[in-house]
Amino acid sequence: MNTASQFLPLIVVLPFLGALLPGVMIRAGRNSCAISAALPTVLALTMLLTAAPEVMGGEVLQTRIDWLPSLGLNVTFFLDGLGLMFAGMILGVGLLIILYARFYLSGDDPMGQFYTYLLLFQGAMLGIVLSDNILLLLIFWELTSLSSFLLIGYWKHLPEGRQGARMALVVTGSGGLAMIAGMLILGNIVGSYDLTEILQNGDLIRESDLYIPALLLILLGAFTKSAQFPFHFWLPHAMAAPTPVSAYLHSATMVKAGVFLMARLWPVLAGTDAWFYIVATTGLITMILGALIALFKDDLKALLAYSTVSQLGLITMLLGFGTKIAAVIAVFHIINHLTFKAALFMSVGIVDHATHTRSIKRLGGLAALMPLTALIATITALSSAGTPLTNGFLSKEMMLTEAVQTGWFGSQWAMPVAVTIGAVLSVAYSLRIIAHVFFGPRREEFAQPPHDPGFGLWSAPALLAILVVLIGIFPNLVIGPLLAVAGGAVVGGELPEYSLKLWHGVNAALFMSIVAFSGGGFLLWQHGIPDRIWHKLPRPDAKQIFDALISRCSAGASWLTGLLHNGAITRYLAIFAISTVILGYYAWSSGGHITGERPLLPVPVVVAVGWLLLIVAAVAVVVMHRQRFLSLVLIGIIGLMISGGFVYLSAPDLALTQISVETVTIMLLLLALHFLPKETPFESGAGLRIRDGAIALACGLGIAALTYAFLTRDLSTISQFYLDNAKSGGGGTNVVNVILVDFRGYDTYGEIIVLGIAGLVIFALMEALLVGPASRRLKNWQFDTLRSRDRHPTMMVVVTRVMMPIAFMVGIYIFLRGHNQPGGGFVAGLVVSIALLMQYMASGFVWAQSRQRTEYHKLIGIGILIAGLTGAGSWMAGRPFLTSSYGYFNLPLIGEFELVTATLFDLGVFLTVLGAVMLMLFSLSRIARATGEIVNVDPMDYIPYEPETKTENH
Amino acid sequence: MEILVASAVGVLTAAGVYLILRLRSFSVILGLAMLSYAVNLFLFSTGRLTVGLSPILSKTAQGYTDPLPQALVLTAIVISFGMTAVLVMVALGAFLTSDHDRIDIESNTETDESDEPEVETP
Amino acid sequence: MSNWIIAPVVLPALLAPVIAAVARHDIVLARTLSLAGTIFLTIIALGLTVVASQGGPYVYELGNWNAPFGIVLVLDRLSAMMMLLTTVLALIVQIYVIATDWDKRGRHFHALFQFQLMGLFGAFLTGDAFNLFVFFEILLIASYGLMIYGGGQMRLRAGLQYVVMNLAGSTLFLFALGTIYATTGTLNIADLAVKIREIPVDDAALIRVAAMLLMIVFAIKAALFPLQFWMPGTYANAPAPVAALFAIMTKVGAYAILRFYTVVFGPEVAATGSMPGDWLMPAALITVAIGAVGVLGAKRLLPLLSFAVLGSMGTLMLAVSVFTPQAISAALYYLVHSTLAAAAMFLVADLVISRRGAARDHLREQSPNTPNGLLAALFFAGAIAVAGMPPLSGFIGKLLVLDAVRASESAALIWAAILLGSLLTIIGFARAGSDLFWKTAEGAPSDNPDLEPDLTIPIPPLAVVGIMLALTALAALTVFAGPVTAFFEVTAAQLVDPIDYIQAVLPSYQKGS
Repeated sequence: MNTASQFLPLIVVLPFLGALLPGVMIRAGRNSCAISAALPTVLALTMLLTAAPEVMGGEVLQTRIDWLPSLGLNVTFFLDGLGLMFAGMILGVGLLIILYARFYLSGDDPMGQFYTYLLLFQGAMLGIVLSDNILLLLIFWELTSLSSFLLIGYWKHLPEGRQGARMALVVTGSGGLAMIAGMLILGNIVGSYDLTEILQNGDLIRESDLYIPALLLILLGAFTKSAQFPFHFWLPHAMAAPTPVSAYLHSATMVKAGVFLMARLWPVLAGTDAWFYIVATTGLITMILGALIALFKDDLKALLAYSTVSQLGLITMLLGFGTKIAAVIAVFHIINHLTFKAALFMSVGIVDHATHTRSIKRLGGLAALMPLTALIATITALSSAGTPLTNGFLSKEMMLTEAVQTGWFGSQWAMPVAVTIGAVLSVAYSLRIIAHVFFGPRREEFAQPPHDPGFGLWSAPALLAILVVLIGIFPNLVIGPLLAVAGGAVVGGELPEYSLKLWHGVNAALFMSIVAFSGGGFLLWQHGIPDRIWHKLPRPDAKQIFDALISRCSAGASWLTGLLHNGAITRYLAIFAISTVILGYYAWSSGGHITGERPLLPVPVVVAVGWLLLIVAAVAVVVMHRQRFLSLVLIGIIGLMISGGFVYLSAPDLALTQISVETVTIMLLLLALHFLPKETPFESGAGLRIRDGAIALACGLGIAALTYAFLTRDLSTISQFYLDNAKSGGGGTNVVNVILVDFRGYDTYGEIIVLGIAGLVIFALMEALLVGPASRRLKNWQFDTLRSRDRHPTMMVVVTRVMMPIAFMVGIYIFLRGHNQPGGGFVAGLVVSIALLMQYMASGFVWAQSRQRTEYHKLIGIGILIAGLTGAGSWMAGRPFLTSSYGYFNLPLIGEFELVTATLFDLGVFLTVLGAVMLMLFSLSRIARATGEIVNVDPMDYIPYEPETKTENH
Repeated sequence: MEILVASAVGVLTAAGVYLILRLRSFSVILGLAMLSYAVNLFLFSTGRLTVGLSPILSKTAQGYTDPLPQALVLTAIVISFGMTAVLVMVALGAFLTSDHDRIDIESNTETDESDEPEVETP
Repeated sequence: MSNWIIAPVVLPALLAPVIAAVARHDIVLARTLSLAGTIFLTIIALGLTVVASQGGPYVYELGNWNAPFGIVLVLDRLSAMMMLLTTVLALIVQIYVIATDWDKRGRHFHALFQFQLMGLFGAFLTGDAFNLFVFFEILLIASYGLMIYGGGQMRLRAGLQYVVMNLAGSTLFLFALGTIYATTGTLNIADLAVKIREIPVDDAALIRVAAMLLMIVFAIKAALFPLQFWMPGTYANAPAPVAALFAIMTKVGAYAILRFYTVVFGPEVAATGSMPGDWLMPAALITVAIGAVGVLGAKRLLPLLSFAVLGSMGTLMLAVSVFTPQAISAALYYLVHSTLAAAAMFLVADLVISRRGAARDHLREQSPNTPNGLLAALFFAGAIAVAGMPPLSGFIGKLLVLDAVRASESAALIWAAILLGSLLTIIGFARAGSDLFWKTAEGAPSDNPDLEPDLTIPIPPLAVVGIMLALTALAALTVFAGPVTAFFEVTAAQLVDPIDYIQAVLPSYQKGS
């Protein structure tokens, strides 16, 4: 690749980089801001021009940087005739717009932002026209949608601006999304996302079964962007943007992107019936409809907007014809439309500036006041009418000639007639601009008479007007070569026969032109009558339809969301349970199962009784769950039965743990229930209860079946290893405990951390409650139950006191023997905390609290640290985390036991459990104190009367 | 024996599921407690059922039950203890701040008057 | 293998208690320790990712007991990249939290934060099914604390629902693990992979049930239909920075599914076959739809974001459900993107809400004063990221997913879902943005100035740093998409053919034996 081609990425990147400048340079004044915006554009333009000669020489410049090869998305650009033409248009007009906007924008418009957005948009457009990779093209495509969103919404204070911007984004954005799918299909047909590659495989694409979907999806993107019927409605609403934006987006760039895409993919997509009937017909309808509406618009910008729609329709139609010559004419008209439409927009902007109105009804006879503007506008309007000596004439003549030779659904007449109607209308609206704005009677007197603007404003449109005439008179000289390469790039290969000249002799096109002009003139002369009729006719307002659609959709969406996510977790859980049962059943039934023949164990009577108790208790909980105290008692019974079961089924450790956890849990629940309602009201109706009952039964049956299914099968597990190595490797005979502190000590490490976190969470929660609004409610709390006067019975106090040291002893004992007999740090921790809990219950929290000074956060922290450091200690020995080592010691009373690093680890467990449980209790008691619980100073206190004041403890 | 255990697990599960579908947080707490009983029993029984074969090594023992599930259940019990504690406190907090212990949140996509689509047309 | 593998778990586990016990009365000390810890963790995660990308999987045998008897940690590309992502996210959130004094609104924020990280790392590293449960519980209980952090009625009630839902999930997790053990007699993931591959189809019922139950458990975490219900309420009511951190929580579910349904229940496993994917795809499709509809219908900013996250999970799981290497690597790319994008957007949302007085996150007109340009820009960038528009990585992620699923027979459906989903999302965000930043309230402002929205309040620079960190990461993800996806492709290959994983854990294992 040669030097010029290396510019290509730069040409695209420059505007993006340059976009940063204006935002900063605005601080140096509006001029330097505008210059800083022009700078990157000029640079890019010069680079383009340096590359131009080779392209004109028929070369295609290419450059490639690998980006995401696995996807086939690479930074590849190429510059051929079409690209050159479009890039030139984008940059050239961009430059004019920057100049024009400098003088158009008022002092209080944030100019820096404007130029930033403009440059971003410019870069995105350049990306589209230069990309050699359709995925890359898609990226730039979406970028134009985004940047145009910002440009159109530039005047934030205008609701029209906001809505126009959103409408444009939604319409073009959705088109873009459709195009993503289309492009991916296209890429998959060819097997590459490189455009040059795709352009080689026209036949392959056209013959593929996926051709039609790809075509439709891509056209959806192109039509939305190019405002083709029925997606044309966003364009007029984008007119809320400042005029420079309209001039740029709707003459040279945004709307041309769609046309560009159709031209770009013309060689591979065009030439089929589907293409002809979809594209040509859409174009035709759009051309006529746009022209018709334009004729009756009084807002000048709206008129131009619809005329743009109509002209784009014309170009689309030409591309749709599918003949090479028509494609070339389309390219030619793209250039011509750009020149006169941009100039027209700018002139309208000037008029708007001078007269502060854009309404044709209020304008007239401006030619005398602002001759220069009048001249520019007249020339360009004539061109859009297709008057001889302007470029508009040339392309329109050629178009008419083509139309005559094009049949449509077998009819030779439909097409010529239709295009003639279109021509008539476009002559009418074009002439209307001239006649009703610059000539004719002056409708109203202006406070300060409007006058031509300064050079800054008129220079840009003037330049374009001159182009209009030059191309109109010396087409071959001015535009011939560019058109040749651009057209060549579109049709791919040799150019068709065509001649750019004013006089083609007396032919059908000539007559059609004459008809167009006379008809148009007549329409304009008699404009009043159709105008009145038109405004009487009911017309669908696309905007209202669009808004209604959007608001319907979002209303429906929030309705649906509210329906699904209605905040009823009971229903969420029901859905969870049901789907679990269904999926579980499916999984089971879709796989075979061999029933095991493991012999069933006999059932002694006592066990059967225990089982019966358990079942009864469980059912009772369900039936009586509204009496909350009662159900806690029943829960206790269940726990008891289960521990009994564990004992019987040779799991002493489980029994021990179960029972102690049971106790603490119930205690906590009781304390919490102290603040909760004591009864659950009847709420759920019979239907709901039956539904839930059914779900519950299904779950129960499923689990029971599952349990039975594996209980009757034999199984060899990895556990033999533990039995073999517990003593030798773990230094303990209680295999379960060895597993907990050694083989799977990591689990235990995690488990105590869960407990520690639980403590912290509860503490933090209570803090939040006590500072939050809840605290106020607590302050004036009314207890709903009768309260005993003897809150700390002597009997209980004495008993707990006596039990205290015993409990501690038991705790230590359980802790130390844990490694060899049932027990261990966890149970020990629970036992000790139960002992303390009882102290608190007996003598009240504050009394007990005042008698011991340990800080529970520290307890938890130290516990977790000890466990963690014990584990990390084995690093010193060059062993992995939690590797244990041990040695034997002898203590009186307890007898021979060994001190294992695991014991140290178990100590961590012990401390954490103790700390966590006590912190939970501590938090609860703080609520109690907030509610004004009496704080007793003596271990046992009798209150002869109910206290009136609850303030003594605060 | 196996039938008893299986049925016990089933009944506990059913009771738990029924209770967590109630409308008040306390019932849900009860339900989750029942479910943890159920799952502990379930997990324990995955080692199959044995009588008098405690996994405590000794000369006299004529066999041992599978110790691993027991260790797992112990871990599960401890964790579910911590979880229950947090659950209880959160429920308490919710009750204290909202003055009722209903567990459903009435329409969390709450109505917002100012949501008509823009209709500023000049 | 060196002890560095376990450092991500042990470091926060040692740091958190210190913060809780020693530094809990001194916020500066707590911040310093916590931030230092997170930075150190980021460095470690980076190092481990480099190591993992050069070889492995590396196995760390806890307690020096070899698999399957002891618990092992396994460091492979997947676990390493998940940890790196987590640390980056954590750094972003923590910087923001410190900048905006969120950590002063309650107690023990940093301790819980570190515990949360510990739980996440443990879950990503572990090679043992039951140990995964333990660390799920750790990260969950820490997340309960963070979810209800600061209290408040709606938050506590939403928190209660979050806790209940996850406790139910944990119970099911235990049922699933029990079934697995009852069928295979082991818990080590690699060992399971071996044993389950030996189970004949005609005796597969039990293990199929286990696989299905396990998938439901992970689907709750990943917020997949019909188990996504808990998610929007939780994210919308959690403190916004916590919601930003939670962006990784749903990904834990995605990670677990990726791990188990490739290594253990991979499509080539006779016993379970294509069952997981068959159920995953429709669920993900509906999730995408629900997310998009939710975004379109949202009347408040935080629910809108929550549903956007929901939709992104759907898209992610759509890619996963295909279970081809290409799709998995696309999924991984999208996973990283959606995590960071969601985090950035939630943080921006927090800035906006904190400046809107009584209006909070209601999508209604704005105070007349022109909003802070920086804030508007950040919102625009964040919206682009979440909506998956160029130039940020969302667009590439979407392209990758769309391109990857084209082989699947339901490709058309998936494409339609994803593209229509993005359309609705774009509409929703365009509307939200113009409501928040362009629309100006007509009518007199209320008398209380504190209740008046004021988007002109300057943003604490450090907060901007945090958010920019996220956006920069997204930009980098875009620019370096090539090398990043290259990394993910190898990662996906490692997952789809688990032989390396199995042999690393069980050196004695020979394929086919």
